[in-house]
Amino acid sequence: MNFQLSEEQAMIQKIVRDFAEKELAPIAAELDEKGEFPHAIINKMGEMGLFGLPFSEEYGGSGAGCLSYVIAVEEISRACASTGITYAAHCSIGTAPIYLFGTEEIKKKWLPLCVQGKALASFGLTEANAGSDACGTQTTAVPEGDEWILNGSKCFITNVGVAKIAVITAVTEKGQGTRGISAFIVPTDTPGFSVGQPYNKLGLKASDTREIILENVRIPKENLLGKQGEGFKQFLVALDGGRISIGALSVGIAQACLDASLKYAKEREQFGQPISKFQAIQFKLADMKMKTELARLMVYKAAWLKDNGKPFSSEAAIAKLYASESCMQNASEAVQIHGGYGYMKEYPVERYMRDAKLMEIGEGTSEIQRMVIARLLGC
Amino acid sequence: MEIIVCIKQVPDTTEVKIDPVKGTLIREGVPSIVNPFDKNALEAALQIREQKGGKVTVLTMGPPQAVDALRECLAMGADEAVLLSDRAFAGADSWATSYTLAKAIEKVGKPELIFCGKQAIDGDTAQVGPGIAEHLGLPQATYVQKIREVQSEQLLVERAIEGGYEVITVPLPAMIAVEKSINEPRFPTMMGTMKAHKKTIPTWSAADIGAEADKIGLDGSCTQVKRVFAPERKGQGEMLTGETENEVCLLLLEKLQGAKIV
Repeated sequence: MNFQLSEEQAMIQKIVRDFAEKELAPIAAELDEKGEFPHAIINKMGEMGLFGLPFSEEYGGSGAGCLSYVIAVEEISRACASTGITYAAHCSIGTAPIYLFGTEEIKKKWLPLCVQGKALASFGLTEANAGSDACGTQTTAVPEGDEWILNGSKCFITNVGVAKIAVITAVTEKGQGTRGISAFIVPTDTPGFSVGQPYNKLGLKASDTREIILENVRIPKENLLGKQGEGFKQFLVALDGGRISIGALSVGIAQACLDASLKYAKEREQFGQPISKFQAIQFKLADMKMKTELARLMVYKAAWLKDNGKPFSSEAAIAKLYASESCMQNASEAVQIHGGYGYMKEYPVERYMRDAKLMEIGEGTSEIQRMVIARLLGC
Repeated sequence: MEIIVCIKQVPDTTEVKIDPVKGTLIREGVPSIVNPFDKNALEAALQIREQKGGKVTVLTMGPPQAVDALRECLAMGADEAVLLSDRAFAGADSWATSYTLAKAIEKVGKPELIFCGKQAIDGDTAQVGPGIAEHLGLPQATYVQKIREVQSEQLLVERAIEGGYEVITVPLPAMIAVEKSINEPRFPTMMGTMKAHKKTIPTWSAADIGAEADKIGLDGSCTQVKRVFAPERKGQGEMLTGETENEVCLLLLEKLQGAKIV
């Protein structure tokens, strides 16, 4: 048992923290307020190689592994959760399916671009009638000659308005349930592929989330990801990885809540002393610290299992569930500690609270995580 | 172009606390970083390499843990790194330090350019760069805020002086000490970070660089630190404000007359 980060991991943490504090934290509130996608930051992150952390060197990555990657997601999200979700969605569910299931040709074509950040990737699974229940998928893919023709729509898709590529699930064999679903790689400039206006969201306002409309979108045969009928299995695997990264994102926000609250509690004086001297506030801060540490530990464990080629589905679900709920609780307490000021935009905690809520919803709601954990218990 | 960048690992704070009894810096709990001006020096070197090709070697003298600072420089893009570490180097002032670095530079080879930060944020002497140039008998340009042109025989640089800057030509090889304003140091890349940890960083001792025993460390130091202390805080100045410049000037004049200064 070793709880020590490797020298590389410690250095990655230091570099990304430094980058996030200098470049991202000062503009996070403004990005949120304007709902502005941080193109310049994403370009810099690409140059630094942050998108290549979990991918191997042969496709332009650094082969640093999942743990290094989640450390980076945490540090970015601690400064700006909108950038965190953009980063996490691009790597974990946008690029990872191509990396895991793509043919060599597809990988050589797209991965270097995704890894360098020259092409952002998105993942189109959710539909109006297929959220937690992917069996409700209505988008179809029909073969014709050397092509597949896709029709349908997807909703709540992160990054798609800024992405060059989307992984799309569609029904290839009706009546086959989950075994009738396949995944496809669709360049976003393909004729018939269009996106809606950005959603007006509660939080994560500087991230790009839109609807996808597919009207007779023709893609070459080889853009089928892996084998026909394996789409469901593939996205379950992709989502396992995605859950670790949402866990890391949650830890980042949870830590930011603690940082802001501790600072405020030491500065704010009432009844002749800083409010951090009152046990009522101390207990809140202690709980916030405890939850953040425990969440981080579970996220690291899930990432470590993944890096070591061991099963991690249950741990990923536990990490996502615990970290996201801790994050929401921390955000709520952070606003409470700040009192009236916490409700105002002058302080960052109201943003943390709005951003935190998605953690309990995206990439499998808390309820779905509990179902996954229970299923793996053998229920 | 062969370039050597001399760097220093320093405590990460501009307000170093001082032990009032011992008169030494309190280092506990203060993380170590690469001296910020040295990152500007490395950035300048990397930019020249990108333009002209060549190799950038980073050099530091310090305790074994200074290797972390060298790894950060490798992660930013330096090609090689060398650590000078020997108990005999301990207690060196800026003279002995610059002698030691100069000896190491001679061992590395014949660089066309040596870059240093203008000063370290802990000692603030700004003497080591110029010292290196003197020990090696090379021309130097200090407080360089811009490199206008890089030619094979010379460098055209802007050098900050009080109230402005001067443009000078420096024949190569030379030592250049840079200002913060010269550039924005890049962040290390992830690929660079992974590579930096796979790289072997040689450690050279006094014997390895052929340094004379009486010229290094405490024995080779011409100066001694008599006392380290935090200066007393002076009272804050008074800000005069007004609608127009004239109004403020008149206010100032009244103040000066009141104090019988004018």
